[in-house]
Amino acid sequence: MHERDAVITGIGLISCLGEGPDAHRAALDAPGGFAPVVDGTSYAPYPVHPIVELAWDKQIPKRQDQRQMEAWQRIGTYAAGAALEHAGVKGNAELLSRTHMIVAAGGGERDAAVDAAILSGLPKAENPAAFLNERLLTDLRPTLFLAQLSNLLAGNISIVHGVVGSSRTFMGEEGAGVDAVRTAVARIRAGQGELFLVGGSHNAQRPETPMHYAMGHALLAGEFAPVRARQQGGGGMVLSALGCFLVIESRAHAEARGATAIARIAAVESDRCNRSPGAATANAQRQLAAMMPGEGAAVLSGASGVAAPTQEELAFLDGLGLPTRATATALGHSMEPSFVANLALAADAVSRGSLFAPLEPGEAAMPGTLSQALVTAWGHWRGEGMALVTKA
Amino acid sequence: MAHTDSHGRPIVVVTGMGVLTSLGEGQRDNWAKLTGGISGIKRISRFPLDHMRTTIAGTVDFVPADPFCAPELSQRLADRAAEEAIAEAGIGTKGNFPGPLFLALPPVEIEWPQRQALAAATGRNDGVSYADLIAVADQPQFRDTYRRFLFASVGEHLADRFGTRGNPIATSTACASGGTAIQLAVESIRAGLSDAALVVGTDASVNPESLIRFSLLSALSTRNDPPEGASRPFSKDRDGFVMAEGAGALVLESMDHALARGARILGVLAGCGERADAFHRTRSSPDGKPVIACLHAALADAGIGPEAVDYINAHGTSTPENERMEWLAVSTVFGDRAGSIPISSNKSMIGHTLTAAGTIEAVFSLLTIRNGRIPPTINYHDPDPALPVDCVPNVARDAQVSCAISNSFGFGGQNVCLVMRAEPV
Repeated sequence: MHERDAVITGIGLISCLGEGPDAHRAALDAPGGFAPVVDGTSYAPYPVHPIVELAWDKQIPKRQDQRQMEAWQRIGTYAAGAALEHAGVKGNAELLSRTHMIVAAGGGERDAAVDAAILSGLPKAENPAAFLNERLLTDLRPTLFLAQLSNLLAGNISIVHGVVGSSRTFMGEEGAGVDAVRTAVARIRAGQGELFLVGGSHNAQRPETPMHYAMGHALLAGEFAPVRARQQGGGGMVLSALGCFLVIESRAHAEARGATAIARIAAVESDRCNRSPGAATANAQRQLAAMMPGEGAAVLSGASGVAAPTQEELAFLDGLGLPTRATATALGHSMEPSFVANLALAADAVSRGSLFAPLEPGEAAMPGTLSQALVTAWGHWRGEGMALVTKA
Repeated sequence: MAHTDSHGRPIVVVTGMGVLTSLGEGQRDNWAKLTGGISGIKRISRFPLDHMRTTIAGTVDFVPADPFCAPELSQRLADRAAEEAIAEAGIGTKGNFPGPLFLALPPVEIEWPQRQALAAATGRNDGVSYADLIAVADQPQFRDTYRRFLFASVGEHLADRFGTRGNPIATSTACASGGTAIQLAVESIRAGLSDAALVVGTDASVNPESLIRFSLLSALSTRNDPPEGASRPFSKDRDGFVMAEGAGALVLESMDHALARGARILGVLAGCGERADAFHRTRSSPDGKPVIACLHAALADAGIGPEAVDYINAHGTSTPENERMEWLAVSTVFGDRAGSIPISSNKSMIGHTLTAAGTIEAVFSLLTIRNGRIPPTINYHDPDPALPVDCVPNVARDAQVSCAISNSFGFGGQNVCLVMRAEPV
């Protein structure tokens, strides 16, 4: 124990499984087994995991704020509010004025109707370039830009929740989420900050997102199957709408303000490679050597489902002989916040002292006490991350 | 640790710089034109301008990019700026940079030519929907598009090419991104996580939709003729910023690391301040409080008082609101001295390079210190009486500058101020 340990004191998690750690645990440990929540039709042939229905007013009270955001921003702003509330920071202007925010974000969403109308008109237009300019000038909502800029999730969190210590946005799919957490933990350890809000959001329930990853042949098409099981059919991701934020602070700061530490982030590492066979495994082995988990450990894997990296990662993890959960089976793959969401599940499970039930027949039950969890994040294309979450 | 600052942290120095703007490529060319009061703003030739209210920008047209799109050109500009910075620093070996990469990158998004290619593949001439696009998206010819428009793709390329360590961090804090990337590198070196870091800021976003998006927010100057007269920071008749492209790169090191390898030290990155503004999505708090706090934070981080500052490299976008707010903040922090501190805006000549601005203007601030010459604010013929600034009007000025501040403010309430010095405190 050290006063500069980074501890998690708040979790805001919303996904297809519900809102908050308790709802997630209940869904994962449902009597009769876990049941995936999948929308197989909206973006067929690619299934997605839809976000649970939420009363936005609960975390975003002003309708005007809600209108200024697109779904990915609402999801993230909601999750950020939930995390601040859980940590007892929400509404505390003194704490918020020195809360440092690191958001992992992709891009905002488009106006699908405007895009479709322009694409339909372009082939018939006498002067296509002039037509494009004219339609965009006429049809784009001025405020849509602000719903598209990556850093405007953070901007909305500042406005809605009053987080103003600092605000940084990292981009880069899965790796951005890992580095957001890694940077916060490093700054806490170095005394460069006491209180952080870290997380992100992702919205697969908009057509341009499945479209993009379909171009990369990275999606599961057709019938849903769990992450391991779907490897026999060539793998692929099932993307999700998900928001997750964590309040992470120094142990000393948490204790001084009487906040409960849910779990400790004992280590977090990130790296990259060109994904030649075995290269990501080599990175993971180096990372593991820096955080050797001890007794009572399990693994929460962020494996995306994409065949090559998923199969290499699962082979590596199976070699560890620890109970493993490929959580994308339940949460879907959420890109930027996927690592943060797995940290949330890990922190919650470690604080309960037990791992949730297997998500598919290929996963082993863990009857004993869980005291620490290894969390992995191999990007579907690039980036390898790992963290060790231990009891507070 | 031999060389620490007044807070006991490793001193962070700059040992290499690279810059590329609409004025040209490289420090030498840019500095000559910048101090010569030359503008890089011109009529856009990249795409047809029918119906556009704004028809000018500081585009970089001398760097080829194929297929043309923002991430491709942004990457190529970043390549060249980083190449220059690393060569000047003489650090590492070719393709093996001994530290992490911090990249300020504009948000990446599939653009119209790619969207149109998908639509063409549907074979439909009318009533194209996203469902149709999704149905053809897995055709093999779109594989490269998928990769090009991943957010990680530019950083991955740079990390591969220059051999930086670890996973690259690509940051976006809108128009403060360049300052944020520098701050991330400074924090990494101060925390002892690295001895050196490569910082690159790049932006090549002048395409029809980006221009229209800014135009719809009434952010852009419509003073199209002559183009070089449009960007007029601190003038009474300023009417908006001019979009521009470019890249800046810096090699940062701990002073100990730089001295140990016998590197030439170009300047000191002495302090960084940041503060988020919760007032509005595009507008700054009218009371200037977040920017005032940001300036104070930067000075405190550098361990100096306002009296030590000789020059301010303004955010100075040429929008009515920015300069009002920037002057409010500067006059509050610097008091009676505010009107006599030279405060000039590079954007009067290179336009607003958006994501890249913080790194490009940090390079120019350091060149100001090194050369003892302050680049002017051009197009200053109609002073705004509400802004009694010494903006170094129209002509460069020789002056000893040992400490400069560079301001960067962005949509989403993003504010970053950097303090750069000739020598450590």
